[in-house]
Amino acid sequence: MFEILKRQEMADGTVVLNEISAPMIAKKANPGQFVILKANETGERIPLTMADTNPKKGTVTIIYQVVGKSTALFKSLKVGERYQDVIGPLGKPTKLEKVGNVVCVGGGTGVAVLHPITRGLKELGNHMASIIGARTKDLLILEDKMRAASHELHVCTDDGSYGHHGFVTDVLKEILKKENIKLVVGIGPVPMMKFVCKLTEEYKVKTLVSLNAIMVDGTGMCGCCRVSVGGKTQFACVDGPEFDGHQVDFDELMQRLQAYLTEEAEAYEKHKCECKAA
Amino acid sequence: MAEKAAKKEKIPRQSMPEQGAQARKRNFEEVPLGYPEESAVKEAERCLQCKKPSCIDGCPVAIDIPAFIKHIKEGEFTKSVRKIWERNALPAVCGRVCPQEIQCEERCILGKKGEPVAIGNLERFVADLEREHGKGDLPPKSKPTGKRVAVVGSGPSGLTVAGDLILKGHEVTVFEAFHKPGGVLVYGIPEFRLPKEIVYSEVNFLERLGVRLVCNMVVGRTVTTDELFEEGYEAIYVGVGAGLPRFLNIPGENLIGIYSANEYLTRANLMKAYLFPEYDTPIARGKNVAVFGAGNVAMDSARTAMRLGADTVRIVYRRSRNEMPARAAEIHHAEEEGIEFYLLTAPTRFLGDENGRVTGMECLEMELGEPDESGRRQPVPIEGSKFQLECDLAVIAVGAGANPLLTQSTEGLNLNRWGYIIAEPETGKTSKKAVWAGGDIVTGQATVILAMGAGRTASDSIHQYLTWGW
Ligand SMILES: Cc1cc2nc3c(=O)[nH]c(=O)nc-3n(C[C@H](O)[C@H](O)[C@H](O)COP(=O)(O)OP(=O)(O)OC[C@H]3O[C@@H](n4cnc5c(N)ncnc54)[C@H](O)[C@@H]3O)c2cc1C
Ligand code: SF4
Ligand code: FES
Repeated sequence: MFEILKRQEMADGTVVLNEISAPMIAKKANPGQFVILKANETGERIPLTMADTNPKKGTVTIIYQVVGKSTALFKSLKVGERYQDVIGPLGKPTKLEKVGNVVCVGGGTGVAVLHPITRGLKELGNHMASIIGARTKDLLILEDKMRAASHELHVCTDDGSYGHHGFVTDVLKEILKKENIKLVVGIGPVPMMKFVCKLTEEYKVKTLVSLNAIMVDGTGMCGCCRVSVGGKTQFACVDGPEFDGHQVDFDELMQRLQAYLTEEAEAYEKHKCECKAA
Repeated sequence: MAEKAAKKEKIPRQSMPEQGAQARKRNFEEVPLGYPEESAVKEAERCLQCKKPSCIDGCPVAIDIPAFIKHIKEGEFTKSVRKIWERNALPAVCGRVCPQEIQCEERCILGKKGEPVAIGNLERFVADLEREHGKGDLPPKSKPTGKRVAVVGSGPSGLTVAGDLILKGHEVTVFEAFHKPGGVLVYGIPEFRLPKEIVYSEVNFLERLGVRLVCNMVVGRTVTTDELFEEGYEAIYVGVGAGLPRFLNIPGENLIGIYSANEYLTRANLMKAYLFPEYDTPIARGKNVAVFGAGNVAMDSARTAMRLGADTVRIVYRRSRNEMPARAAEIHHAEEEGIEFYLLTAPTRFLGDENGRVTGMECLEMELGEPDESGRRQPVPIEGSKFQLECDLAVIAVGAGANPLLTQSTEGLNLNRWGYIIAEPETGKTSKKAVWAGGDIVTGQATVILAMGAGRTASDSIHQYLTWGW
């Protein structure tokens, strides 16, 4: 179980795709849900929202950015090798329904999570305008897939190396001004989601976000993933990961994501040294 | 009889060698080291072999205590552990974690005038001896029945059911949500109190008997109970524990450095964060630690924090010493290791810095008022007693609730108003046909032995059902 059947590097090798054999999870999973993966005996449990599933083939696909020791370890796994543990599907699926005009906004690897949701919403007959962004052209992922899943696609880069020069929120604002948008889905780095929500709040457009809180079990037993939503504490792993973006305390989330910054840096450095030595 | 009692009293209760407090408070090795054979035999000689042994009445699974002690006295250690196995499949675990002082040992006749027989220590002695030196012979199994049973959760309750039913010839599969089996024994109770080797060896024993173990299976998500029936399982036992953390619900609780005991202990034990960075999971190492609550979970959290290098560790509890629910041995060990007790103290809010990290808390002093529903005297705040305590790590160990993940996804399962499964005490049967439940998910967080007792009751009923029907 949990063998890697396909592996692909994207965005200059900073982002990696793994298609993993996990038939029971593949059968059950829906867009918006996540899995928890652990590479080996000493590994950490890392939650990742699924980018795709193939129930027939019995596979799930994850796309992750290499940001620390654990994701570097994931990146070192080759086709034919296995994750020791994959648990899922966890979290609530996205409530996909027909509402009319929808804008999907994605940044960084958030685009990977956004893609199946966009595709699902399109299949239900919604009109999909999508906006994806990255720091620079080379870091952009899934442009073709997002184009296929949308009626119109806008691409933004912070440095202007491709598409619109600027932030996804600039484009979103233009659309919100012109059109009658019923729903916005924003998935990406926390600051991006925060600014998307600020904007859509002005226009009073319902906005869904997917929160990447730090987790341990993913089943609601530890409370590590707690987030404040509408002034109440919720567990991202079982009450989410999707929430009404206008209710989320993004500043708290941003701080909580920094809880282990020092430890993570220490582990990553040690890992890099060991890799060099080997 | 009186004369005999007086004579026996001359042998004092044998103490168990321990790691010294100063050394052990900074390591994760087991604290009590176990009886040498000589002490065990001596301790066994203290037992009066009562005709009407009251100790047995104090044991939730009614182990024939004088009988197993007699075998120790005679040097028949394998026979002794066999005797215990008749009622209890996890003696090495129970010898270490049962609250003997309010069970068998509380009832022991010798305790009336002096010290009771150290029943728990003796249980541990024979179980360890068998595990380390025994031949590992498997008990005989009944003829295969071809019936399949699913056990959900691999805590003490689920493991008991699995062991019982495999011996009765059924095919048993245990589904566990975590990546390792053992439940609280593995993710909650720390290594220094219950070495994980012991739990894995018990699980391994079940696997050798033919129990199939499937980890990473969240029943209710990866698969539902109804799907298990469709797959051909004829009976399901639900022993998923009380896996829902309780918080204090006071302002500032989401600051960094504030953990539920479940998270803190899971990181430390299951994920081995105390070995970071050799293991990848990090854990905050606080200098000034506050732990809320005074049960076993609180003691385990406090002693873990001490071992992770804290300067001060404080137990903050809103009632008094008399109400502390932890095992006597745990409180004693915690005190020896320098854990401080702030009794009759309740936190009212947490304080943090600009980065969202906890720096301290505000507390009120309490006094005890009238007894509440549970019979315990209710703490009431003393006016004007507000004060501040510093802390850079806080662990909340004020109990657990019922995790709704499985119960909400299973149709036809009746729950009580707190979300625990309603099960018949005599059988473990739930409102859903062919589904049994027991352990913490029925009783709320209780004890290992009660969870095992519930498993035993249910396995008898399941066997009857598989033989005769619902
Ligand atoms: C820190 C701590 C210290 C303790 N100390 C003591 C002590 O000293 N003495 C004592 O007697 N008792 C002690 N207890 C209490 C005791 O551990 C519990 O009462 C006992 O473990 C309950 O057993 P159980 O089998 O009901 O559940 P658990 O041991 O909780 O096991 C349940 C298992 O089910 C799994 N599970 C949950 N949901 C699902 C799902 N949907 N699908 C699949 N699997 C699932 C869980 O991951 C877990 O492994 C302590 C508890 C804690 C937390
Ligand atoms: S009550 Fe005490 S002395 Fe009597 S049989 Fe039990 S352990 Fe022995
Ligand atoms: S990750 Fe433990 S409760 Fe959400």
